[in-house]
Formats: sequence, C-alpha cells, structure tokens
Amino acid sequence: MSFSYVLRRLLQAVPTVLGILVVTFVLIQMAPGDAADTLSEGDAEYTRQLRAQLRLDRPLIEQFGAYATRVLRGDLGVSSTQNGRSVSSLIAEYLPRTVLLMGTAVVLSSLVGIALAARAGRRPNSPLDSTVSLGALVAYAVPALWLGQLAILFLGLRTGWFPIGGMTNPRTDYTGLEHILDVVAHLALPVLVLATSEVAVVYRVTRAGILQETQKEYVRTALAKGVRSDRVLSHHAMRNALLPTVTVIGTRVGFLFSGAVVIERLFAWPGMGTLLITSAERRDRPVVLGVVLVVAFALVVATLITDLVYALVDSRIRYD
Amino acid sequence: MARRAVSRCPLPSTDPVGTQPLLAVRDLRVRFRTAEGFVQAAAGVSYDLFGGEVLGIVGESGSGKTVSAMAILGLLPATAEVTGEIVYRGQDLLDLPTEELRQVRGRRIAMVFQDALAALNPLHRVGSQIAEAITTHQHDVGRRELRDRTVQLLADVGIPNAASAARRYPHEFSGGMRQRAVIAMAMANDPEVIIADEPTTALDVTTQAQVLEVLETMRRRTGSAMVLITHNLGVVTGVADRVLVMYAGKVVESGAIGQVFGEPAHPYTLGLIGSMPHLEQEGGRLRRIAGHPPSLIHVPRGCAFHPRCPYAQVPAPCAIEVPALRTATGPGHQSACHLTGALPPQPTG
Amino acid sequence: MTEGSTEPGATGHKSAAGPLLRRLFRRPAAIAALVLVVPPIVAGVLAGQIAPGNPKAQAYPTFRPPSGEFLMGTDNEGRAMLAMVVHGLSTSLVTVVAVVAISAVIGVTVGALSGYRGGVVDSLLMRIVDMVQAVPSFFLAIVAFAVLGSGQDKLIILLGLTSWTPLARVVRAQVLSVKRREFVQAARSLGSSGIRTVLRHVLPNVVPAVAVLLPLLASRVVLIEAGLAFLGLGDPNRLSLGYLISNAQPHLQYYWWMSVFPGLVLTSLVLGFNLLGDACNDLLIRASGGSVLIDRASPARSRGPRVDGAAGSIEVSAAID
Repeated sequence: MSFSYVLRRLLQAVPTVLGILVVTFVLIQMAPGDAADTLSEGDAEYTRQLRAQLRLDRPLIEQFGAYATRVLRGDLGVSSTQNGRSVSSLIAEYLPRTVLLMGTAVVLSSLVGIALAARAGRRPNSPLDSTVSLGALVAYAVPALWLGQLAILFLGLRTGWFPIGGMTNPRTDYTGLEHILDVVAHLALPVLVLATSEVAVVYRVTRAGILQETQKEYVRTALAKGVRSDRVLSHHAMRNALLPTVTVIGTRVGFLFSGAVVIERLFAWPGMGTLLITSAERRDRPVVLGVVLVVAFALVVATLITDLVYALVDSRIRYD
Repeated sequence: MARRAVSRCPLPSTDPVGTQPLLAVRDLRVRFRTAEGFVQAAAGVSYDLFGGEVLGIVGESGSGKTVSAMAILGLLPATAEVTGEIVYRGQDLLDLPTEELRQVRGRRIAMVFQDALAALNPLHRVGSQIAEAITTHQHDVGRRELRDRTVQLLADVGIPNAASAARRYPHEFSGGMRQRAVIAMAMANDPEVIIADEPTTALDVTTQAQVLEVLETMRRRTGSAMVLITHNLGVVTGVADRVLVMYAGKVVESGAIGQVFGEPAHPYTLGLIGSMPHLEQEGGRLRRIAGHPPSLIHVPRGCAFHPRCPYAQVPAPCAIEVPALRTATGPGHQSACHLTGALPPQPTG
Repeated sequence: MTEGSTEPGATGHKSAAGPLLRRLFRRPAAIAALVLVVPPIVAGVLAGQIAPGNPKAQAYPTFRPPSGEFLMGTDNEGRAMLAMVVHGLSTSLVTVVAVVAISAVIGVTVGALSGYRGGVVDSLLMRIVDMVQAVPSFFLAIVAFAVLGSGQDKLIILLGLTSWTPLARVVRAQVLSVKRREFVQAARSLGSSGIRTVLRHVLPNVVPAVAVLLPLLASRVVLIEAGLAFLGLGDPNRLSLGYLISNAQPHLQYYWWMSVFPGLVLTSLVLGFNLLGDACNDLLIRASGGSVLIDRASPARSRGPRVDGAAGSIEVSAAID
C-alpha cells in the first residue's frame, strides 16, 4: 500500500479531529459556569489553576487553542466526583474493558455473519436462506435493551448458565487463567446480545454482496475456465463481495458503541458506557467530556482503519 | 519465437477422414421464464462445427446467437430451460454432469468474452487469472513453469513487457491489450474449440482489426476450430469459413462465406448486407431493414421475419407456416425462406 | 447511478396510487408490517381514551400477573402495565412524528439546494452532511442530556437535526440526475429550466426513495428514544417504553410481564417499520429498476455502500447508520 495513500488518509482525519475539539469546546461554553468550572468542579485550588491555564480572560480563539493543546497532551481534567482522580486515568481504566466487549462482538459477528452469508449465497432463496434472512431481520429489530433482559432471564436467571452481571465474580479472587475464564464467562452474555444485531447486518450486507457478485461477468468467465464452483465463490466472488461489508462494519462502529452503552448498563459491565452514564447522573462534567473526546477520537481511528483495510482488499483504490 | 511446449497429449482423432463434425448442435431450444411469459431465446438451432474451421454466427441482439453459445458450456442462468443436443466427442454436453463438464470448460472448449474489463476479476492480477486457467486443468505444473508459461502466453498475444504485464491488474490495461489477455487465457490449455462471443464489439475499429488478427494467429497455431459470434458482418468476412445468420432464435441462412455473402438467399441477410457501408458506394442512403426486432415472447406467426420482409407473401405462406431450411444456390448453402429461389434478382454491393 | 423511476409517463401526478397500493397489500411482508405497526399506533393515539388519567399515579395491587382485570398485569408500584404501555407508545409516536417531519424538511431542502445550486454551495453542504452523518446520534444524545439536561422537546430537536442526512443525499442525487438531463435538452429548449421544472421532474422520483427512508428513520427514532429512557436520560415527565423496560430489570426473575409487554410492543414497532421500509423498497424501487443510492461522500465517495434494489431495509439502514 502506498505510503502517500496512508498519509493522505491521515491528513483527511485532521479536520474531523479539529471538528470534534470544536464541538466539545462549544458544549463546554454552553454549560452553566465558566469553562474551568466545567472541567474541574469541586476542587477550588485546581479550578483556580485551570482558570489561569485556560486563559479565560483572553479571546475565544486563544481559549480554544489552550484547550486543544491540553487535550492533545492527554490532560483531560479532573473528576469532580471521584476524589480528584484524573479523567485520563479513569478512562485508561475503563476503556480497555469496552474495547474487549466491542472488539469481541465485532469479530464474532463478522465471522458468523460472513460464514452464514457464504452458505446462503450458494443457494439463494432456498428455504434455508429465507429462514435465515427472516431470522436476521427479527434479530436486527429486537431492541438490544430488551434482548439483553431476555438473555438475562432465560440464559442467566432461569438456567444459571451464565453470570448476569459485572465483569468478574466479586466474591472470589482469581488470578491468571482462572481470572481470564471468569471474565470470559461474564463476557458471554453481553457479547452475545451486542453481536446479535450486528450479525444480522453483516449477514444481510454480505449476502447481498455475494448475490450481486455472482451475477457479474468475471464469475461466468471463471466458470467457463472450468473452475470449481466453490472455488469461484471463495476465491473470486467473496473478496469482491466483502468490500461493502468492510465499509458497513466500519460504519457500524459508532452505532455499536451506543449499543455498548446500553449493554454495559444492563449487565453492569464496568466499561466506558457505565463510566459515561454514572458520571452523567452525577453531573460529573469533566469525565463526561473526557469520555466524549476519547470516543470521538476512537471513531475517527476506526474509520481510518476501515479505509485502510478496504484499500488493502481493493487494489483499485490504492493506485489512485 | 520459441514454440510453446504442447501442454497435453494430442487427443486421439475420432475421425481420421475429417468428415465428422467436432461439435454438433441439434435442435437447441432455450427459453427463459419471466414474469411476462416465456422468452424463446433459441428456437431450434442446429449446426455443425468441423475441426479447424471458423464458423461465424451473425445476427442482431436478441437473435439468440449468444444464448446458443452459452448453452454449449452450460453457462446459462438457472432460469433457462434448455432442450436439444450438443454433441462433442460423442457426448451430449447438455446431459453431462457438472464435474465432467468442468473438464471440458476451458480445456477442450474455451470462451473469449466480449467485455474484457467485466470478464476479468478486477481484484486479481492478470497473470494469476491466466495461471488459474492452467492450474485448473493441469495440477502438476511447478511455480516457475507456470510463471513462464503465463508470460509466454501474454507475449504470444502481443502484449509488450509481458513479465511485468502479468503482475498488473485488469484496469491498468487498455481495451485492446485486455482483450488480448482474455484471448491468452482462453488459449492457455490449447483448446480444440474456441467460442468468441463478440470479441471485438467493445473496441474501436483499429483495435478490432488487431485483436482479430491476434485471435486468428493463436487459433492457427493450435489448429483450433472457432465459433465467432458477432453482429458485425465486416468482422466475419475476413475470418470465417462458413457463416450462420440468425434471427429471432433461429438459423435463417447458412453456408460458406462466399455463398452467403456473394449470393445471399434470405431477405434478412440481404437486408444486413445492404445496410453495410461500402467503399465503392456512390453516395445515396444506407438501406435499413424496416421495423424492429421481434419480441421473443410474442414471436410473429409463421416466418418470424415476415413483418419486416419486403418480399413477404401474406398471409400465405409467410404469415402462417414456419419456413424450414432448404437448399439455396448450391450444396451447403441453406436458407429458411418460403421464397428461396424465387426472390427477384438483387443488386449486389 | 440509475435515474430512479424514469419509466415513460412516470411524471408525478400520472403515477397512479391506486394500483400501487393494491400491489403493496398483496405482499406478505407489507401486510405483516402493517399488522405490526398499525395497532400500536392506534393504541398510542388513543392512549388518552384507553387509559385516562395519569398511569403513574395509580395504586392498584402490586405484582399482579396478566389477567382479565389487568390485561398486562401490574408492576412493583401497583400501576397497570397496559395503561403505561399505551402511554409509552404515545410518547414514542409523538417523538417519531416530530423528528420525521423535521428531518424531512431539512433533508429535502438541503438536498434540493445542494443539487440545484451545485458548485461551492454543494461542496459546503455535502461537507456538513459528512460531519453530521459521522456523529452517532444516540451517543450524542447521551452526552447532550448529561451536560444540558433532558426533555422530550430537546430530544426531538436533537434527533431532527441529526437524522436528515440520508434524505438529503437521496434528494440531491435525484436533482443532479434531472439537472444533467436538462442540460442535454437545454440546447433544444427555448424556455428556461427553472427550479420549478426541476422540481416537477424530481418530485416523482424522490417520493419512492423517501418512502423507503422514512419508515427506517422512524424505527431508529423509536429505538433511540427507548434507549435514552432506559438509561434514565428520558423526559421525566413522560412515560416511555424504555423506562418500563429498565424498571423491570430488578424484578425479572419472578415478574416477567413487566419486561415482556413493553419489549414486545417495542419490537413490534421496530420490526414493523423495518418491514414497511422493506416493502416500499421492494415495490417502488425494485419494480422500476432503480436504486436507493446512498453513497457516502468522502473519503469513500466512489465506492461507498451502494444499496441497490436487491437490498432490504437492513442494508439500507446499515448504510444510513
């Protein structure tokens, strides 16, 4: 992949990053109290320092500049409700857990969705295909918040198969492998619920892609060459068919995070969503804003990765 | 130029004298089911292809020429209903199970498609697509030999810098070069029969001539027979030995190229030739065939061409009876017209 | 890019609604959609009649399972589930209608302006579309309400301001395609192809695509509204299905009806809207051989998810989200 392409993509992300900073800056201005209050409520000494740092007596542009520099250096302020813990340390603690949740869900749903679509693509409109497609539609439509409750009810409470809350069992003190297994057990239900609607999306988009690709002429050419039909699917059609899938998965990351917020609440998973909600409830503005910034940046990164993966698969783009 | 090593044992000749056709199509009928009814794309097509010859199939779009060709290798969509016989080496291809048909495809009978950009996988390098044609049928070719053969094939069709061209993607080639690559791909296994479906239609006139020449050169090297499908008479005249003219899913005239173009017997053929611009023509208008090609769902009764035919005798027999092929000006020359032999003399050219 | 329904004679008023509706009803998906969507809508509209009074202020016996007297049972505070569900529906509906209306107005205006004017205006507007589209609205709502406090009108404004982008894109695409044709005819025409002509040609082609997008938008709004209420960020003065579901959480084990009824109704709405969008897509767009072209602008401009007629509502909404 050409270095210039990567560079260009990175540069394209800069205005978006700038935009995010502007939006959060505006939000801060809109909140009651001045900016220093918003970013550091509670701690009078820190607030005074902050006020000086933010140059609140200077024109707005300079304020924005000061704010932006602080953010890019990693200083996101101090929590107003968590004993003066720095926002960045809080995020550093909670973020990996959400990444674990979302990452697993994305990987799982993509693999299952693509595998299902490959099966269905072989025989479109067969009874199997129609059933799965209908199932996908229903899976997509059932709201995650309710699906989660159903999962808790049937897979947790009534049957006791899975733990229904938290990331680890609080009554135990596992380490090493046992700890990992404990986390995995707690991860199961949230990931299942989060992945369900994603599987539906991946399945439908990939299936549509496969159907479209198999009607293309190069597929006919491959058949005319005598290539076996399953190799035609896997070797020729799949790669092309997956292009829209890659794009869609990238698009869904934002939506996935919103879903994760709800899921974390449902299952008491201690991730960014929980951090966001509890801070919101307590009006801990510094933390809320810090979360917003980090999530927004993460989305930008996700889009970047999607585009790069796409370029990796589709050589037509790279040579532009 | 070094000769390419023959990649397979020569097939035992089933017909030492050479009077048996290599490929025999008998009463091929293809219809598609659509929401509006059945589309009869091919309505009883029969012809023979002999070893080493070039058979041109000419007709407008919708005449059934492409559909008949696709039927040979079983490349029609699932909505197609096919009846008839296509006999190749003693076997009816239409009855062949997929696995055996696969052995024929790309190896004994190869196709060259019209739109090379669409025919090639945009995400795979050209070289690997040609190599795939080889490895699909020959499993014991080493990597180096595979690469050499691929590059040689590309060079044979006249693509410059064949080695680096093999590493390129289809969209990096010009139209003519792409088409040559497709030809190389078809020739990869020295097929006995090449079916070229409008191989030059997507190209400009100069490139057309070049590509046709490449096709003919490659063909002569292996002695393959070729079915050349086109709507362009000019393409056929230079290359074909015999020609079929198709209309509305039927063969309406067939014969040696000199017979059909020198003394056309069917009014449709007459119309086609008359509408060709001619270097020696002195001004005047190009003659058109009146009317439109018929709907293949509601084919006109009797002779399908009669609504557009200037000689049609309606209602009888042209609007009632479907004309059968009968001998026209000489042996081997046939025309499906009730008025064969009774047409008024035509101005030639 | 296809030009939508450019069948000869498909100019606005000539497209007969009658036979279209008839064909709509013949499809099982459309019938299912209507069955799923209409009863809740009716119930929501008639909430005041079905369950008069403030459902939160009731004091029936607590934790009653569904019975003849309480069709959906009662909850932990002795409130009738039926009344609450119905009022929750009305909240959802009000939100949906308002947001859809705002989005439609903004989306169509921006799309038409962008397509018709072209040039700098177009680039600028499309940039704005990109930025707005990049923001996940649910997440933004959480943040906004955390910082600024919640309320139904705030939600409506926020969602209305962030959901119009697919409509704008589609309208713009149609305007552009018509404009292109107009240029070709410009050489021959004498009159000026003013905005009125463009609109006259654009409108009939825009209606099918909009008809597909609106139900999908509606389903998204329902989910977002319920999700926010679930998280406790909904309007405290209004009842929401999301709130009901969240309320049921501690009592899941023994009092299933507190969760199941709101959940079923919510699912029914979402599924119904999706099926409706599917059916409209099937009918209006596939039938004319067109496509709901949703191309993501930069950086994937030339290759963004192009959703064609073979795709259903999921593909389309996946492209929108």
